Amino acid sequence: MNGIGASPPRPDGFAKVSGAARYLDDLSLPGMWHGATLRSPHAHARIRSIAWDAALAPDGAVCVTVGDLPGPNGVQLIDDGWPILAGAFTHHVGEPVALVAAPTRLAAQQALQAFTVTYEPLDAVLSLEAAEALPPLYQLGMDSGDVDAALARADLVVEGEYRTGHQEHIYIECNGMIASYAEDGALTVLGSMQCPYYVQKALTHALGLADEQVRVRATTVGGGFGGKEDFPSAIALHAALLARACGRPVKLVYDRHEDIVCTSKRHPTLVRHRTGVTRDGRLAALDIEILMDGGAYTTLSSVVLSRALLHSFGPYRCADVRIRARALRTHTAPNSAFRGFGAPQVEFAIERQMDRIAHRLGLDPLEIRLRNAVAPGDRLPTGQILDAGTSALPCLEEVARRTRFRERRQELEAARARRAAEGDEDQNGAEPRRGIGLSLYFHGAGFTGNGERMMKSPVTARLLPDGRIEVLTAMTDMGQGCSAVFPQIAAAAGGLLPEDVTFAEPDTAEVPDSGPTVASRTTMIVGGLIARVTAALRDRVLEGLPGHTVRDGWIESPAGRVERFRDAARRLRAEHGPVELTLRHEPPAWQTFDETTYRGAAYPTYAWGADVVEVEVDPDTLAVRPLQVTAVCEVGRAIHPTLCAGQIEGGTLQALGWALLEEMKLEDGRYLNDRLATYVIPTILDSPRIDVHLLESHRDGGGPFGGPFGAKGVGELPMDGGAPAVAQAIENATGIGVPAIPATPERLLAWQRAGQTPGGVR
Amino acid sequence: MSTAFLLNGRAVEADGHPMSRLLDVLREQLGHTGTKEGCGEGECGACTVRLDGSPVLSCLVPLFQCAGRRIETVEGITAAPEGPLRDALERFVATGGVQCGACTPGIVVTLASLLASNATPSREEVRTALAGNLCRCTGYEGILRALAPAEPER
Ligand code: FES
Ligand code: FES
Repeated sequence: MNGIGASPPRPDGFAKVSGAARYLDDLSLPGMWHGATLRSPHAHARIRSIAWDAALAPDGAVCVTVGDLPGPNGVQLIDDGWPILAGAFTHHVGEPVALVAAPTRLAAQQALQAFTVTYEPLDAVLSLEAAEALPPLYQLGMDSGDVDAALARADLVVEGEYRTGHQEHIYIECNGMIASYAEDGALTVLGSMQCPYYVQKALTHALGLADEQVRVRATTVGGGFGGKEDFPSAIALHAALLARACGRPVKLVYDRHEDIVCTSKRHPTLVRHRTGVTRDGRLAALDIEILMDGGAYTTLSSVVLSRALLHSFGPYRCADVRIRARALRTHTAPNSAFRGFGAPQVEFAIERQMDRIAHRLGLDPLEIRLRNAVAPGDRLPTGQILDAGTSALPCLEEVARRTRFRERRQELEAARARRAAEGDEDQNGAEPRRGIGLSLYFHGAGFTGNGERMMKSPVTARLLPDGRIEVLTAMTDMGQGCSAVFPQIAAAAGGLLPEDVTFAEPDTAEVPDSGPTVASRTTMIVGGLIARVTAALRDRVLEGLPGHTVRDGWIESPAGRVERFRDAARRLRAEHGPVELTLRHEPPAWQTFDETTYRGAAYPTYAWGADVVEVEVDPDTLAVRPLQVTAVCEVGRAIHPTLCAGQIEGGTLQALGWALLEEMKLEDGRYLNDRLATYVIPTILDSPRIDVHLLESHRDGGGPFGGPFGAKGVGELPMDGGAPAVAQAIENATGIGVPAIPATPERLLAWQRAGQTPGGVR
Repeated sequence: MSTAFLLNGRAVEADGHPMSRLLDVLREQLGHTGTKEGCGEGECGACTVRLDGSPVLSCLVPLFQCAGRRIETVEGITAAPEGPLRDALERFVATGGVQCGACTPGIVVTLASLLASNATPSREEVRTALAGNLCRCTGYEGILRALAPAEPER
């Protein structure tokens, strides 16, 4: 079974199980050298001088400093403001200052000792509070209705401030690239990446090469989560500069420590809410201020901020809304893309605010959400009218039913009241406290605003001489499983068998620029194009056969099977030579968005989810153990339910790690826990049982809401719900208010002492 | 200096400093790149191999300790799997135990050791065995589904 809704084994599965799959660091080119990077030890400093003493370096080692750059000193992303190497100043610890290459990895490390750099340390900006007074990297705003009047009219105004911290991706395969030049000056870069064409663009921009002279190929990607969206462009440039300097292929691979020190993280965020509500718990006004820590350079912060703004009101109805959002500049490595792209931070905040409102009004967390959740036909604050696949309420109702949320919560509250009455609330060695929490969340799939319209992503399909259809896209499989899902889509759309279709590897010399593998757009946007282009190529083969269709790989006339599609396709290919089609993505005409006022349909559709988390809190240590998560997600159509559930399971655990364990501690701009021994992510023993239930809103034959066969983007959705649900569960278990994550024992103790309660500070 | 040991049943000799990491020797000298480096300091389990039948972290094993001993890597362990391991590997792919695959070789080696002593481990036994193998992609559920099929499936 390979059709839509079946879960065939992923094609790369056995190669990964057996160790045969080749990741970047498993590759070696003849004559290849190894690179290493000299990094700034200062958060902010003037670089007075850089000296290289060749006598101290291993034989033949070469170095590259900023003066050796052949073109602009900028990694081209949205703009090129992110330096390839630090210039006169360094703006964060770990910023690359110089590069070396040598015959072995060890020799390259030794060669770093041959540098002497004189720094003049300067004052650094290292907190959102300090950065708030300074000019931002980027700012945005949105207004709907009259917030001040609505606040004045409201029965109750509730204020809250919610914080989230850095999160490191910890893809198990660290970043790495190999660059090599051919004799004619053409450059080939291999690497672990989400976006081959981003890397190509950065290389052509900085090295002054033409597109045809730069070939970028993605190797097997050992996890990305956004961490291989922009950063690979910088590493590719470093590897290419070294290859150019030493005249050999150069491999540049980070070890875990270096990867944590210098690569981007999730933006730490502070959200301030002032919410007007009616006595019966309906939102009347939302006044929201978002501050995101962008780090030293803008990289992708402007688009992260944009997505944050557009998810900050949550899946709730409210007409009078004011949002002000700023990405601030601090002296840390640039914060950038991480699964969810700004949405998890702001959805944590709005969910916490909803809980606080419910607490003030004496409503339970389910009730406040049932009263405010958007339904089909409702308007978002941006003015977008929500489609029939708007599933906030179905998700909420289903998760509450499956978990008996209300009854279970009452049981736990009663137990807590009993303990309090018996006076053993604070006894040492007492039983662990159980708590339950719930969250409601949504995620806009595809690029924000007019992104897809501007990109007009192409996908190509062509007939191979053997009659198979080859589809060409630039998408990389970083584990999410597009290598399994794409063939399902193509086969189903074309009426073909899976073996009638094949997919090209992501290689800029072969495939068109179908955009980056980000933004939950791969299945929904590119998958939709794959369906269209495969069907169009099939129709090309059927030309001159009116009334014929293709089913299960056979051409059928009204009278029955005529011949194998592949036989007809092979003939056409032999007679006509190459047969190839390219189609481009065109968003629906109704999806228009004004990027200055932030009014309109920011996303073609949204995926929806509701989580219930049950936790156990040790009353002595305040250590939190998540026991069980139930996630109900509405995904339009699950093309491959096992992989779809896998995205939700993995994303949910990342969200719990962020909520409970993953705390990046900073001192003078240096991450203190810059190793896997000290930056702790969930092990299997830290992990709860995660039950995923998929809801589907598609109609037969596809739907108006999403991509191919009604599928919506799902990769980032599960990152949005886990943290607020766990925070609510901790409050339910302990009575301690949780205004920030990670909710570590140290912080819970501090909040307890400071009088933090679910309703705010006592 | 040369160190002789058995690698997946074949006698090999590796040159290198006695303190070289077995991980590097396997990957760079002996061409066995199935074993992965995820942290280099004993935290992630991606580099797990079997030494005389027991799982060890090859990033922490110096070459000299391997002299005369039996090393099995993911390549050897999965070359001709039998019995419960074969079934488990098939299920592993089918149930979503693999996403990016960077953790997978280490997990497969650990599981092979578990299954060698316990053909039908419970969910808790699998969790205990895998306590030292980090996976950032799957949330571990797909892995557990593959190994503890007695658990109710969705
Ligand atoms: S690389 Fe050996 S435990 Fe991580
Ligand atoms: S599958 Fe990616 S780390 Fe486990």
